[in-house]
Amino acid sequence: MFEFIYDILQFFLHILITDFKYENFLLTLLSGIIIAFAVINAVLGGVLALIWGERRLLGRFQQRSGPNRWGPQGILTSTADAVKVMFKEDIIPEEADKYIFNLAPLLLVVPVFIIFSVIPFGIGLYAVNINVSVLFILAVTSISGLSIICAAWASANRIAIFSALRSVAMLISYEIPVGLSLVGILLITESMSVMDIVNFHNMPFILIQPVAAVVFFLGSLAEINRTPFDLTEAESELAAGYQNDYSGMKWGLFYLGEFAAAIAAASVFSTLFLGGPNGPILPGIFWLTIKVVAVLFLIIWIRATWPRFRIDQVLNLAWKGLFELTLVNIVVTSIAVIIWPDGESNRMIYIALANWIFVFPFLFIIFRLLKTKNYDDNDIKKVTYPVGSDKPKFEKAGN
Amino acid sequence: MLGFGLIKGLSVTLKNLFSPVFTIQYPDRRVGLLALSKHLDKPISKILTETPKIFLLGLVRMVKIPVKIDQFPRFRGNEFVWYDDRCTACASCAKYCPLGIIEIVTHPGGENMQAGENYAIDKFDIDTGRCMFCGLCVEACPYDALHMGTDFERGNYERVNLVLDKETLISQNKNPSSWFRPQFEENEYNPWEKDLNNPKEAGRHEKPSYQNIKNKWVSKRKLDG
Repeated sequence: MFEFIYDILQFFLHILITDFKYENFLLTLLSGIIIAFAVINAVLGGVLALIWGERRLLGRFQQRSGPNRWGPQGILTSTADAVKVMFKEDIIPEEADKYIFNLAPLLLVVPVFIIFSVIPFGIGLYAVNINVSVLFILAVTSISGLSIICAAWASANRIAIFSALRSVAMLISYEIPVGLSLVGILLITESMSVMDIVNFHNMPFILIQPVAAVVFFLGSLAEINRTPFDLTEAESELAAGYQNDYSGMKWGLFYLGEFAAAIAAASVFSTLFLGGPNGPILPGIFWLTIKVVAVLFLIIWIRATWPRFRIDQVLNLAWKGLFELTLVNIVVTSIAVIIWPDGESNRMIYIALANWIFVFPFLFIIFRLLKTKNYDDNDIKKVTYPVGSDKPKFEKAGN
Repeated sequence: MLGFGLIKGLSVTLKNLFSPVFTIQYPDRRVGLLALSKHLDKPISKILTETPKIFLLGLVRMVKIPVKIDQFPRFRGNEFVWYDDRCTACASCAKYCPLGIIEIVTHPGGENMQAGENYAIDKFDIDTGRCMFCGLCVEACPYDALHMGTDFERGNYERVNLVLDKETLISQNKNPSSWFRPQFEENEYNPWEKDLNNPKEAGRHEKPSYQNIKNKWVSKRKLDG
């Protein structure tokens, strides 16, 4: 895409002027700006559509109709909200650290847009091709934790700090299984570039690496703070969490960043595990859109269904469940890759079979081990507060 | 099996996704062309030729059609229904009103000096802005002239407009509620279907005879033990 736009701009520049000293610099800058403009606007439009779609779908999941007044089927609701947010008063708390307070929303939004630079929107339709783009995605996504802790610290609010600590604990825990779940793919493709992974084979990696797909999906849900891992904004406990003191467009940027992160997570998942823009008949960009919308539907569906985890359950799941699963996945995949090296016939089918037979059962074994203990009535202790004593007294009930 | 509960929950919400919504759109709802042609009783081609703008809005399901919500006949709205032919200006309602918001001004000498019609009414104001709709005035009316109304769309920006004066009460469409008016329920009158502007159709609340009361209450009590 870059070279194409560069060539067009060069053609038009040569009509105006033939000999220009800074031609290369100017054309690179201009084509970069054009690509960034297109990608960012596509994502912003996607965010508006996602907010509307999520509210509408959640409504239908709960047998009500959702926003349906403003525009056909209520599609302009989120646009009107965006305009409203821009005109709202921008309040900075008196005790806030103003520079960090203003920086935090940008720190959340900008990395999310950077992720889209390495995602192939179609066959050969991408902004940049880095040879370590998988690592790049993992690195860039972890900046959101910094933004959240900046926002919480700068707003000098204890509830925001609770939220940020939860978020960072969750982010640190889930970085590891998310990163390790991709090792299987990297072993098979022998490349860290998203383009190589997309062009590798027609078979989507969710069939070859089922457990890695599950782990990556759950981990990305945790990283974008969505249900069932939305402890950061647990409304019943923390109100709006780290966004408590934000208002106006800064709050709007947080909101935008969250939904753009959902789109980014869905597009990374569909690029790595669902084959990205590969598909029959239709052009690549349609296939990517269909896959992203499907993953987003799954995310909304999960939000409409599953309750929220407690913080200890979230960390248990990451460290005692998903982490081990990824290790098993790496071991089995590396053995399979050694047995069937590149060039063998039906290589992918054998590796997929090995994964399904030797890794998939571990999903159930490890989740079985994680199951919460069922307490008897006799185990529940009766708590009484004796008169004149500060300390509670525990008694065994049921006797 | 572990993990099955999660999938079971997902299937329940998916079932809800494809089931009809419970929401009732009020005061209007957005419809497409099919529902619009059914509402207007016109074919779609006629909508296109006569009102192309509405046709275009209908393509994106943005045509508003009003929705009327049916309540029960005993529903009490924020208005009153008053039959001036029946009222004798005895002012029982004004006396019984705990808030004193019914204002009646009369002068002696009705147009036809029948029994019970000795006063002509100059002023009959009910300030619904202060009314608590307890219904004591309706209970007190000996001639069934005052009824609770069923209209509930009387929101206003000024308190003055909430006062129902004599002219409004006479000229407005009358949909009396059947609250404390058992004769309406006996005649199966439904205020949400038709107006009841003629007081002769409304019927009178007849005092039940001693035998009726006995049949209704005493014998029932015997059956109950």
